[in-house]
Amino acid sequence: MKSLITPAQSPETVSTGGVSLRSFLRSSSFGQLSVLLALIVISLFFQITSQGLFLGPRNLTNLVLQVTTIGTLGLGAVLVLLIGEIDLTLGVASYTCASVGALLSVQYGWPAVPAILAALATGAIIGLINGFFVAVLRVPSFIVTLAGLLAYQGVVIHILFPQTSLIINDPTLANIATNYLPLSLGLGLPMVVVVLYVVGVIVTRIRRERKGLVVPPAWVTGLRIGAIVVVVIGAVAIFEAYLGVPQSAVILLGLILLFWLILRFTSFGRHVYAVGGNVEAARRAGISVTRVRILVFVLASMLASIGGVLQASRLDSATSEVDQTLLLNAIAVAVVGGVSLFGGIGSAWAVVLGALLIGSLSNGLSLLNQNPDVTYFVEGAVLLVAVTINALARRRVSNGV
Amino acid sequence: MAETSDISSTEAARSPSTVPVLQVKGISKAYGAVQALQNVDFDVYRGEVVGLVGDNGAGKSTLVKIISGVTIADTGEIDIEGVKVNITIPKDATRAGIETVYQDLALCDNLDVVSNLFLGREENTTIVPYLVQPLNELDMEIRASEVFRQLDVKLPSLRVPVASLSGGQRQSIAVAKTILRNARVLLLDEPTAALGVAQTRQVLALIRRLRTQGLAVVIISHNLADVFEVVDRVVVLRLGRRVAVFDIAATSQNQVVAAITGAEFGELSRQEGTSNHKAPEDEL
Repeated sequence: MKSLITPAQSPETVSTGGVSLRSFLRSSSFGQLSVLLALIVISLFFQITSQGLFLGPRNLTNLVLQVTTIGTLGLGAVLVLLIGEIDLTLGVASYTCASVGALLSVQYGWPAVPAILAALATGAIIGLINGFFVAVLRVPSFIVTLAGLLAYQGVVIHILFPQTSLIINDPTLANIATNYLPLSLGLGLPMVVVVLYVVGVIVTRIRRERKGLVVPPAWVTGLRIGAIVVVVIGAVAIFEAYLGVPQSAVILLGLILLFWLILRFTSFGRHVYAVGGNVEAARRAGISVTRVRILVFVLASMLASIGGVLQASRLDSATSEVDQTLLLNAIAVAVVGGVSLFGGIGSAWAVVLGALLIGSLSNGLSLLNQNPDVTYFVEGAVLLVAVTINALARRRVSNGV
Repeated sequence: MAETSDISSTEAARSPSTVPVLQVKGISKAYGAVQALQNVDFDVYRGEVVGLVGDNGAGKSTLVKIISGVTIADTGEIDIEGVKVNITIPKDATRAGIETVYQDLALCDNLDVVSNLFLGREENTTIVPYLVQPLNELDMEIRASEVFRQLDVKLPSLRVPVASLSGGQRQSIAVAKTILRNARVLLLDEPTAALGVAQTRQVLALIRRLRTQGLAVVIISHNLADVFEVVDRVVVLRLGRRVAVFDIAATSQNQVVAAITGAEFGELSRQEGTSNHKAPEDEL
């Protein structure tokens, strides 16, 4: 958290070359803005058709709880996509790790923390195997993880055999995803984060000014701070109007924040973008491409395992009936959020936008009692539209030479 | 590796300009039966721009690869400021102060100018040792703007992705990257090949400034017009041998073309049979 107040800029301050409409249209935030717009349109549509249920505190809290797993997996997908690879094991890895944790807890009586650590370690091993084949042996990640997708499905069935699901009794384990923060933490934690962020932005600005570097116009900085404050206060208010800030939402947002900091403000993060942007340039710059690739696959699988633990905790059970839409939704979350499939472009915050859009669709459609046929079709159509807009916006960016 | 000389110790006894910064002696390289380079010599002095020209397959790129440590010569020696250096991997070349800008520039289009400049050698601030070491963006940006000022290169912003910049600007970023690494010898592979007229002007002007700043610059190019505009001497390779070195002030383009194609020396007939015959030295 401390690194928030270090000399660094967030993506927005970076483009300080003048804020014209042209540069805005060229910026990739145009693509993300279109997703935001779509989110608003969809929300209003469901709000009207559900007679005001959709945007109520209760439903919004439910929506957030529903997307924590695809959000966590989506964050893993963001990492892998950033280096221009794909990980199809994300979904099945989350089931595998959750079943390892559940088995250790239920049958071997492990306490919650070691059981979760074992689940995380399982994720790390899966990532290490993926990373080894992709980075060291240079087998295409699509094939490696496709093989993993099949193999780990067998592993899950084997772990839980002869049952297909395992009920979790451990109260700590079962409460991780279903607890709500007490009011003090629910208000205090977001406040601390926002204050750190605002201080960070202002300190950076002052330091840049002192060194004679370009700073964005004051109103841009002000607008940015204002927007963040409004969004955070709004979100906290909605949660507190129902049962409070859900612990699983805090976990997901904490992970997004952590990975944003890593990707944006560390050498490792910079190298991730470099590998995704131009592998050859990265290699010539002395970056160990192999190390970056392996680490990214390990981190992605560990995120999948966290997602699996959250899912198991929410459902109070681990199951071997793998839902493949979990993987597809995770990748959709990343792509809808503006992460390029070709690597090098995107942000950890893509997860928020992507997860909310995907989550709103399935939540809203089930609120309207639509059958799965309609739900799947609409989800597919909206995904296509969102990604097309994104691709068009990006083409505008790359043509703008 | 063990033989790699310590460059910094020779720094004190700074060369008079009689010692070339880079001297290549008797380099030969064969790929199987193909003799890519045969006993090639050439040198570059401080504040000098040397053109390396030749037809396709003349051995230009092999020579560049050897000097930059991408491939290893069969025989021969590379001296920096009169001291032999052992270059077996690209890092050795970098350590010796030899930097190469390849035609593809090796930039990450998705990263901004500062990130590209410092890629792989970012500066960090230590908050918690080994754990929290965020990038020191401020210092990197200041250093970057200094380098561009030094090179008199103007960019719209140091914080835009390099994808949005022109070919000439990208070339100057690739060059600035090498300056940042304290290059003393700069090899530019086809620096103007992909550029339009105005961009080419910019890059040639940049090369002149590099010369004024005391760098030794080697330009590998097909474009004789560009070469003539900026170099002091031109080294001609043909079929793996150095066939001529011209002082540009006293040479016409036609003479160079003749050397490249071999029309002037009647060399083609002589080459058959006596393949290990030493390449004829030019009259200069």
